[in-house]
Parts: sequence; C-alpha cells; structure tokens
Amino acid sequence: MPPEEICKLLKDRFGNVIEDTVLEGGHPYARITADRWPEVAMVLRDDPRLGFNVLRCISSLDLLADDKLACVYDLYHVPMERPTELCTQTHVFAVRVVTDRNNPVIPSVAHVWPAADWHEREAYDLMGIDFTGHPDLRRILCPDDWDGHPLRKDYKFPLEYHGIPATTEFELTNPRH
Amino acid sequence: MAETVLESQPDLMLDLDRSAQGDLRTEEMLVNMGPQHPSTHGVLRIVLRTDGEMVLEAIPHIGYLHRCAEKIGENLQPYQFIPYTDRMDYLAGMNNNQGYALAVERLCGIQVPPRGQAIRVIFAELNRIASHLVSLGCYGLDMGAFTPFLYCFREREMILDLFEAACGARLTYSYLTIGGAHDDLPDGWIDRCREFLDYFGTKIDDYNNLLSFNHIFVKRTSKVGIISLQDALAWGLTGPCLRASGIRWDLRKVLPYDGYEKYDFDVPIGRTGGNGEIPHGVIVGDSWSRYYVRVLEMTQSVRIIRQALDQLPSGDFRAPKCTNLKLPANEVYVEVEGARGQLGFLITGDGSAIPSRVKARGPCFCNLSITTHVCRNVLLADIPAIIGSIDVVMGEVDR
Repeated sequence: MPPEEICKLLKDRFGNVIEDTVLEGGHPYARITADRWPEVAMVLRDDPRLGFNVLRCISSLDLLADDKLACVYDLYHVPMERPTELCTQTHVFAVRVVTDRNNPVIPSVAHVWPAADWHEREAYDLMGIDFTGHPDLRRILCPDDWDGHPLRKDYKFPLEYHGIPATTEFELTNPRH
Repeated sequence: MAETVLESQPDLMLDLDRSAQGDLRTEEMLVNMGPQHPSTHGVLRIVLRTDGEMVLEAIPHIGYLHRCAEKIGENLQPYQFIPYTDRMDYLAGMNNNQGYALAVERLCGIQVPPRGQAIRVIFAELNRIASHLVSLGCYGLDMGAFTPFLYCFREREMILDLFEAACGARLTYSYLTIGGAHDDLPDGWIDRCREFLDYFGTKIDDYNNLLSFNHIFVKRTSKVGIISLQDALAWGLTGPCLRASGIRWDLRKVLPYDGYEKYDFDVPIGRTGGNGEIPHGVIVGDSWSRYYVRVLEMTQSVRIIRQALDQLPSGDFRAPKCTNLKLPANEVYVEVEGARGQLGFLITGDGSAIPSRVKARGPCFCNLSITTHVCRNVLLADIPAIIGSIDVVMGEVDR
C-alpha cells in the first residue's frame, strides 16, 4: 500500500489527529497529535489493510529552530500468512510525533509494539523525552547519574565524570569543523 | 512461552518440587553476570534473579561501550563518519560501511557504478561469513566445545587476509564508502578469492560434523530459548534470529539494494527436527535453529560471491565527487541486511555539509531486547546458550 493511501485511510478515520502528511522526499510520513498516538498506533498495527506489525526504529530528533522535539517511528508490514514462502513484498511507513521542547511528553507505545520498550528508553536517555505509560522508563546507555541528554543540540559536554577527565576546554572552544 | 520451557525440562522440575518438600530451603538470589564474563560476548551485564538453578528473571544492563556515535555523526561530514561505523559492529565492519554509505547516497541521489555495487556485495557477503564464523566458534566455546573455535578462526583468518589485501585493514576497514568502494580490487585478488571459496565450501561440513550435529551440543541448545514468530516480530528481531523463528524474510530479497536482485540465493529458515537433516528434538525458534541458520547462510553467501565474481563488470568502482557533499534538506531511512540483522540509518540533511541528525538502528540492540522475555524460568546453564545464540556485539548495541 503506497503512503498516499495510508495517509488517506488514516485521515478518514482520525481527521484532525493527523496534523500533517509529508509525501515528498525520501521519507514519507504522517504527523500525529501526541496524546492520540497510541490509539493511532493500535489501528496501524491491527487494521488488516495496514498491518504494520513491526516497529523498526524510533529516532528522536531535536528541532531546535522550532523549539520542538520529535520522534520518528519507522514501521513495516511482514506478511505472516505463509511464513515459509519467500517474502518479496512489504509496505513501509513512518509516523512523526512532535512535542514541546521544554516539556517533552509522548505517550508510550510499548504495549503496542514491545520493540518500542528499549527504543523509547534510548530516546529518553539521549534526547530527554518522557514517554508516559512506559513500563520501565530509565536510562539505558548512559549511567544512571549522567547529567543532561547528549543528543540535544544545546547539550553541554561535561568536563569530567566522577573525577575522570572528559572533554577538554580546548575541544570545547575548538570544534572539529 | 513459559509453558513450553517448563515442558522441555520435566525432570528438573520434579527435582525442584522434591527439594522444596524436603528440608532444602530455596530462596531467591540476585546474581550479576558480567560485565566481564566469557559468555556475555563483550561488556554486557545481566542481573539474574535466581532460585537455585532456575533463573526467574534476567535483566540486561547495557551501555558499557556507549560512545554516542550518533552525536559524533552530527559533527562530521558523511565520509569522515565512515570509520566510526566500522566501530559499531566491529565484527562486520563492511556491512556497517555499506549501510551508512547507502543512506548518504540515497539522501544525495548518488548512483553507484555497477562495479562498485558488485564489489560491495562481494565484501558484504565475505564479511557476513567472517562474522558468522566468529559467532559459530564463540557459541561452541560457550557450550564447552573448544576445537570448532580454532577451525572457525582459521577460515576467518583467510577472509581477513583477503580484506587486508584489498584495503590494508583487518578489522576496521572503511573500505566500502560513499559512492562505491574506496579502491579497486588489487591484481590477482579475484583468483585468491575464488581459491578461498573452493577451500571454504568443503569446510562447512567439518563444522557440521564437529559442532552442529554433535549430540551434546544439540542437547544443550535445542528446545532452549524458544522465540515464537509472533514474539520475534513484536520485539523487532531481524536477521538470523528472526529467520530461525520460521519466516523467510530477508531484506536482500524484500527491498533489494546494491543489485542483490541480480543474484540467485536461498533464504534459510529454522525448521523443526525429526526427519531429514535437522536433529530430533529441535524446535523452530530455539537456540539451535538460530545457530544453524547462520551455518546455512554461509553457504548462500558463498553462492552470492561466486556469482558476483563471475559477472563482475568493468568500469568505475566509485562514483565521482563523493567527498565534500552538500546534504539536501531531506530525510532518509535506509536499512541493509547486515550479518546480525537489519542495520538502519536515518540521516537528516539541512543544506550544509554536516547532517543534522544521524540515527543508527543496531540490529543487536533490538535482538537483545527480547532477553528478559525469553530468559524467564530457564536453567542458569541455559543463559549462555540463549545469549550466545542471539549473537550480540556490544559495540553495536551501545554504539
């Protein structure tokens, strides 16, 4: 199913919840209101015409210019009717959920796709997005006592961590490019 | 899930019941496995909640190798970032190079010349074999079989020699780069590669005799850590771990890239044993299936390399002007079928030479996330069997 049809189907069903659709470019997606996102996710997964049963990736984005943070959810469909036959077809889609930069909250979809569990923890750890309803939201890659969220564009590199020297003043004042 | 595991260990459960009725008192204990542990394949720490020999829950703690490669990617031009991709999955550097290069090419609209594509396929498949050899050897080690490890590394050494001849590096190649390959194949390389393929084709039987069909090995790994197809998809498993759960899904077939549609190869999947070559007792989606899918994949990789060598086109090995790129204000998400599963890169450009966002989706990161779900009510000795069969490389989990 091409992205145009997916967007139309979602718009017919959810109306204003689909804030925007971007079909041009290398990564077609639909932008969805944060608080209705799990509901849309359920439909994306369970509607037989869509059948997005696999969450490939959650990428967090820092849209500093707009003072927003965003998550991109990449989905695809794996046909399971005849699994032992070679799959040659799929359809892919992406969903973008934008949230406020100062109070970033997105409802968790870990109950829809268990794969979201670790991806959301990673986005929380590195970008500082709060996923409400997540079963176990804590840092996953950085140590528990780490300050800040490294992938934010305005992240200040620490000079040391528990006495271990990290970034030097020289590196901070002389970026590599 | 839990029921099938309990079914597979009937004798032990009886023993546990008996000990609970007698004077033996069991109590829960937390055991730290790792971060430095021979069976965790790198710096992975798993907190095990145990009751005697049973593991009630296993919670992985990752991040010991975290270098925030994504942040580095946001500060470097794409071709400068290629060497960092080597260091993600350091056992399959070629596949990582390829994934990142493809994403940048799709973003900038670069066409890779046919010879460049063929070289990429050859090296990606050679690296897949090398990576699977490490996986096989180390899995044997985990299960107490030392010898196959030496055999696997003997053959891997030959692949590393081939890589060294082509690009000078043995582990971190940065050979497949934006626009194609960094250099053309050196003189005589194709013949050396063919020699290796002829030699290697006979060795897979050796691994099967030594390890795959070894009775002890089969007993240790079959019916252990069974992942159903539904669970595998829900947790986003990819690569051999997904195919072992019985689905013929391979990105090289579904969404071909770099000309994979030109090659004829099969996609092996996990099967239940009993008749034919699969040993009795093996169930689709168990640890043995995950192991054996890798063995079968090596044969297919050999087939692909042979075809690619036979039809190797002449011409350019790299598209012109692939350094100092201006990245258009656009976004792409590209996945390739790496050795461990689907490796994805999301790259956002903003008109400058440096991407505003680079996101790497490591296959091991997703594959490892199912650990807690699978390692519930299993034997302590089965934990290495399950973790080893998932074949994690921590450099890529933590990135």
